[in-house]
Amino acid sequence: MISPRRSGLPLIEVLVQSSTFAVRDALDRFLTALAPLCLDIEEHTAVEMVLAEALNNIVEHAYSSVPNSGPIRITGDHHHDGLHIHIVDEGVAMPDSKLPIGLAPAVNLDIPDLPEGGFGWFLIKDIAKDVVYARVGHENQLKLRVAVALHA
Amino acid sequence: MEVSVETEGDICVVTICGTRIDAAVALAFKETTRRVIEDSAGDIVLDLERVTFIDSSGLGALVATYKLLTPERGLVLVGMTPAVTKVFELTRMDTIFRMYPTRTEALNAIVARAL
Repeated sequence: MISPRRSGLPLIEVLVQSSTFAVRDALDRFLTALAPLCLDIEEHTAVEMVLAEALNNIVEHAYSSVPNSGPIRITGDHHHDGLHIHIVDEGVAMPDSKLPIGLAPAVNLDIPDLPEGGFGWFLIKDIAKDVVYARVGHENQLKLRVAVALHA
Repeated sequence: MEVSVETEGDICVVTICGTRIDAAVALAFKETTRRVIEDSAGDIVLDLERVTFIDSSGLGALVATYKLLTPERGLVLVGMTPAVTKVFELTRMDTIFRMYPTRTEALNAIVARAL
């Protein structure tokens, strides 16, 4: 497969220490760096949602049992088929070292039975393409692509 | 979590002052709305006009708030911005919540239902 050419956007690199508010900081820095792509509101939302859910998962699961948290490294590389995002952390591996399927939680239920969570992976897989996870050494590596600013 | 609370008869209009309902504030959101619910008696109108981002944790907090009110009382959402609308559509929560563009329309609808 021929890798699509890179666009003119410089490689984005954001490094934060895991915490709930670090997610906001990382999103802000990453999205600010995307400014040259002039994303419309839908594209901006798509990137922000995917990144937010992926980072929340790391904070809440990968680092949940690690008292002092740890690093989260995010890189963004824009090609002509969209924004390639790579997220690396040093927390615990995904269960069975596999991605969750990410089915949509059922909502056709009585109100007391409505889900209050479980939307994260569904949203990531619904919005992003080519979502790939690997456990490499002591690192979780998540790669995905958000099809925004195509042909830019 | 900062909110502003106004009343219109039995109805409480709660405006979220921040721009995000995310994992960082989801617990505080639930706690704040729980207190508003305890201190009031009627339906709650939640004004999300200033909210430009909600994640799955924030969505979960809204569902939790809805459950606290039901079945006796209602929750109505107004002022949904495009990003918030998108999350509701993707998760099909737009089929669960009552939503109106403006608080005036929401208040009129609640009053009309009560008649």
